[in-house]
Amino acid sequence: MAKVKKKHITVAVTGLNAIDSPGPGVAVARALRESKDFDIKIIGLAYESLEPGIYMHDLISKTYQIPYPSAGTDALLKRIEYINGIEKLDLIIPNFDAELYNFIKMSVSLQKMGIATFMPNQEQFDARDKVNLYRFGERNGFLVPKDKTIYKVEELNLCVEAFGFPLVVKGKYYEAIVAHTLEQAQKGFHKLSAKWGFPIIVQQFISGTEINIAALGDGKGNAISVIPMRKLYITDKGKAWAGITLEDKSLIELAQRFVKVTEWKGGFELELMRTMDGKPYIMEINPRFPAWIYLTAGAGQNQPAALAKMALGETVKPYMDYAVGKLFIRYSWDMIVDINAFQQISAFGEL
Amino acid sequence: MKLKKNIASSENGFVFNPSTGDSYSLNEMATEIMLMMKENKSSEEIKTDILARYEVDKHQLERDWDDYMSQLKENNLLEF
Repeated sequence: MAKVKKKHITVAVTGLNAIDSPGPGVAVARALRESKDFDIKIIGLAYESLEPGIYMHDLISKTYQIPYPSAGTDALLKRIEYINGIEKLDLIIPNFDAELYNFIKMSVSLQKMGIATFMPNQEQFDARDKVNLYRFGERNGFLVPKDKTIYKVEELNLCVEAFGFPLVVKGKYYEAIVAHTLEQAQKGFHKLSAKWGFPIIVQQFISGTEINIAALGDGKGNAISVIPMRKLYITDKGKAWAGITLEDKSLIELAQRFVKVTEWKGGFELELMRTMDGKPYIMEINPRFPAWIYLTAGAGQNQPAALAKMALGETVKPYMDYAVGKLFIRYSWDMIVDINAFQQISAFGEL
Repeated sequence: MKLKKNIASSENGFVFNPSTGDSYSLNEMATEIMLMMKENKSSEEIKTDILARYEVDKHQLERDWDDYMSQLKENNLLEF
């Protein structure tokens, strides 16, 4: 019997910064490589020369530097046009919150260039934004900690009156600091506003067990895959360094309900805090795959591969089963890189 | 006192709760009791079995039993 030839596709991914606060790109690339349906060439899109994924040529064939999100869509589109002229991209999977706005805005132009994407629309993206999350939860019946959006450090006093201590000071895009005193909250305010800009979100502190859910919506209200994970080892930056898949119908139903009410298109991550009495509070909704996404492939539901299939027009049926009690344990690894490689990406923006 | 259906346990005393991701290591006696509970034996059956096979005072067994069950309950491993 003749062997079925796999379809060859070229996929570009961002988020190659597999560092202590990792981007998901390397994990997405790894999961895509394991897809049985595609023969995949992966192109990296990087912002900085020291993103480790640039040098992982067994996963990522070639990497191109792209302009920072602050440069706007024109600069990004121009760069993608150049890259597409060489690589003939079939699909781009953006993996950073901060770049998604530009990619969503450019999705029609990308489509005209023959490049597919599979992302939420602007409305879906905005609804789950930290700034709008409490209202989103209230409107749709999800538990979300109370919060206040502030622009001035003096406004912290109002937050303390409303929430007491501890409270959580959060950056616009990333990072959160648990403050036990006004001084700590002020320090957090200044640090996070300098790094990520305004506003700052101050959130009621909820104590409990941290659970994350990686999921994939088809854009029509169906959750194609849902994998809940409990963090077993957490770094000082709050990132999971080890985790385990859980069996909990209520968590799966929660993610399915989120997909249904938002008609979410693409990957996302629900960050939950489950209180002692079992209530799941949504702390954050990340509009892209998490850095631990390879665990979904390890547990039997390869979410990046399923996203690629849907983006390229295939219908994917919702996954029903996954391996419970499957762990991921992250590790660090020193690559040895020749100065020429570093020079190539730094000077020419390609490697 | 019944163990939750999805609790996984092995003969070497490793217990995993797939709903919470928590895992535990049991000593020999606790493992033996856990395995009997997994076989759906009643509390009375298990206690009778232990009394028959080990030199233990009945009151001491009751005290230890209550202590063990409250630990299982606290750790969310029992059906309510």
